[in-house]
Amino acid sequence: MVEVKNLSKFYGDIRAVDDISFTVETGEVLGFLGPNGAGKSTTMNMITGYISSTSGTVTIDGCEILDDPKKTKQKIGYLPEIPPLYVDMTVRKYLEFMFDLKKVKLPKKEHIEEVMRLVRISEQSERIIKNLSKGFRQRVGFAQALLGNPPVLILDEPTVGLDPKQIIEIRKLIKSLGKKHTVIFSSHVLSEISATCDRIIVISNGKIVADAKTDELSTSVSGEQKLALQIEGVSANIISAIKKIPAVTRVSKTFDMSENTAKYMVEYEKGADIRKEVFNAMSRIDCPILDMQSGNETLEDMFLKLTSSVQSGTVVGKRGNN
Amino acid sequence: MGAILKRELSSYFNSAIAYVVMAVYFFFSGLFFYSYCFEGNTSSLAGVYGNMFTIILFVIPIITMKTFAEEKRQKTDQALLTSPASLTEIVLGKFLGAFILYAICCCIFLIYAVVISFFVAPDWATIICTFIGILLLGASLIAINVFISVLTESMIIAAIAGMGVGLVISVMNYFINMVTIEWIEFILDKINFLDYYSNFTYGILNITDIVFFLSVTGLFLFFTVRALEKKRWS
Repeated sequence: MVEVKNLSKFYGDIRAVDDISFTVETGEVLGFLGPNGAGKSTTMNMITGYISSTSGTVTIDGCEILDDPKKTKQKIGYLPEIPPLYVDMTVRKYLEFMFDLKKVKLPKKEHIEEVMRLVRISEQSERIIKNLSKGFRQRVGFAQALLGNPPVLILDEPTVGLDPKQIIEIRKLIKSLGKKHTVIFSSHVLSEISATCDRIIVISNGKIVADAKTDELSTSVSGEQKLALQIEGVSANIISAIKKIPAVTRVSKTFDMSENTAKYMVEYEKGADIRKEVFNAMSRIDCPILDMQSGNETLEDMFLKLTSSVQSGTVVGKRGNN
Repeated sequence: MGAILKRELSSYFNSAIAYVVMAVYFFFSGLFFYSYCFEGNTSSLAGVYGNMFTIILFVIPIITMKTFAEEKRQKTDQALLTSPASLTEIVLGKFLGAFILYAICCCIFLIYAVVISFFVAPDWATIICTFIGILLLGASLIAINVFISVLTESMIIAAIAGMGVGLVISVMNYFINMVTIEWIEFILDKINFLDYYSNFTYGILNITDIVFFLSVTGLFLFFTVRALEKKRWS
């Protein structure tokens, strides 16, 4: 379990991280999302004890990082943004070194073999890290973080520089690790976060702007839900028919497909379900629906909304009521 | 500490650094040995040791330049500082790694002593005493240079700054003669490495000299730990 309380970091007058608090339970995968320079890496560096906080505390399984750094650091596996690799060593030698450095008390040879198998670098074990590609280096960094089976894993942009196949593998790995470990991982790739995380924290300008379960997040941010339709028929009739449905707040034509067919976007109140009513309304005026998609706001939309709202000074919690 | 020491030594010997340093060290010590002992026809190694002082000042920054500077540049210090190893362990591991390489270099003098013993019975007491002196001098200089390395991210800057400090130490006598203000002269005189080192080369094992080198070593290793600590708080 990781508990972060009122964590702040100032570099002179610059607030890199500003009063962040959150808790991650054991077995939870937390996604840390934010644009570049939002304070993701700084927060992670503070959690792992690489840099100190200006104020606030980090508690890992009941141990505070400043009070008992040795014990606390043993509980954390950390993969920084740039994997800390000694490029002049072979993969195996490097992992042996990290094993000793971390004072792991497991059977050395078997454990290293096991970790290498897990991240699939067994075949590269005798190669010098300098000669490995970026993807493999990333995996060696990952392996290093897994040494000693630490209960908490902190991964700073673990999939950067990997090819799509590797990304899927790493995501699977994170998901499977999340069953036993507490995982915090950061990314600015939204699809990745939504695919792997149970919970998302969005951070912008050093502040937490959203903290919610992955599937709840997009609806909680926007006040409305959307329905994308493709309908054949006269536009004016279609729009006026849809507008008669009580929950609908806005209808607009987004794209003309052909002379008689167009795409429409219907926004309606949160909590309502207007799909049946739309269907009935359309069948009454004899305009066949060719396609219907209920689209919550995508994570991308939400992300842009959240991160830009901080810059303009509004508070996210109140946005829903607007 | 063991892990860091092992890794330091393997990095010295897996790269060219150890071999280049040893080659330079052996070349100059051989040269001085030849010109003093063979040409000069003496069994005393004092002259060789005296001249090695300058060489040591230049060789040590090369050994230590990468200790922390390179870690910071490659971001590998993140692995060290987030591991359960304490800062003292990290600094001591790095220091000992450099010191062992240096000590290996110094072993050449024992070979010279053996060479001398073929011609005349060498003065073993003096030789051992000087050997201790040269190791202590090395330890203090390594500590100073490790501290310089922790202050920068560039190996080049670490090496050049270290050599600069070495030059100042080697010409300390000139400074002492130049300065007319009494109390500055007094301080400079007290930190004159050459004075303390020379005593060893004459075969004098003085507690003051030993304490001087050990305290310089301890002090700069302590500074290094503090500098690492400070970086986290800034």
